[in-house]
Amino acid sequence: MSPKGWYVVGFSVIMAICMAAFIASPSAEFGGSDGQGEEEIANIDPGYEPWFESPWSPPGETESLLFALQAAIGAVIIGYFIGNERGKKAARKKMEEANDPR
Amino acid sequence: MHIMEGFLPVEWAVFWSILSVPVVVWGFFKIRKLFAESPEMKMSVALAGAFIFVLSSLKLPSVTGSSSHPTGTGASTILHGVAITSVLCTIVLVFQALLLAHGGITTLGANIFSMGIAGPFVGWLAYRGMMRAKLGLVPTVFATAFLANFSAYIVTALQLALAFPTAGSVMTSFITFFGIFAVTQIPLAVVEGVLFIMFFDYLARTRPDLLKGKLNLRPKDSNAPVKAVEA
Repeated sequence: MSPKGWYVVGFSVIMAICMAAFIASPSAEFGGSDGQGEEEIANIDPGYEPWFESPWSPPGETESLLFALQAAIGAVIIGYFIGNERGKKAARKKMEEANDPR
Repeated sequence: MHIMEGFLPVEWAVFWSILSVPVVVWGFFKIRKLFAESPEMKMSVALAGAFIFVLSSLKLPSVTGSSSHPTGTGASTILHGVAITSVLCTIVLVFQALLLAHGGITTLGANIFSMGIAGPFVGWLAYRGMMRAKLGLVPTVFATAFLANFSAYIVTALQLALAFPTAGSVMTSFITFFGIFAVTQIPLAVVEGVLFIMFFDYLARTRPDLLKGKLNLRPKDSNAPVKAVEA
């Protein structure tokens, strides 16, 4: 199979696992397993009080926005790299064609 | 995966910070040296950091009714080693602690240790071993990414268990915390493994120079691009 074919398979596997996660627990809250660890601490040691609070904690919508922003920053860098390589490859091909005596 | 702000007793917060700081400082100097000697590596470090940024922001629901996210440290571990990975993780963790109230400043040391040092270190051990055994790109990259992710969560469970033993038993607490994380993490670790296989396959085709001495690529793996460069 060509590399492209394998990439299709790879992304399909990733999508299948992600979709399976949503199907397996459709009502999952996006609290994170962090939140669950927090509850467990309360079970084990009911007397424990967090001794420090986040100085600022964004409201729900803003939190999603900032998570998306974080992903976007990373995606831009990866996209830049892949696009840059694609452009270099095209330029190299063009030069080879130009240098071809025929 | 990150331990929430204020949820580690002071002595443990200090303990994990003392373990983390030297590695991050070492990584910082390693990056400076790398950039000074070979500025062309900036792109490769940025790329490794970018994967950590993207993947650690992707929350997925899990069967236990909560959600969880990948760590994305596998690529950085293979490309740049543990110390530099710990610096990249520190950037992400500070971003999340300050802007998202996800993780925290007081638990930063512990979170850097699990996600940025212990996880990548286990991944790196697997990577070294499998590379020496010449097992090829696919299994090596998969195992490294899977272990870098999964070990981070084992260490987080251990950190919580040490700080919060159940009736004096660290083991009981460890099993409880590990139970929460393990179910959510296995599918995510697999996703990360598959993604990085594709990424490293792509690198081997387009930029084998970035993987020089990294994965024992057979000539077959990097055939086309090398020819293109020579021509």
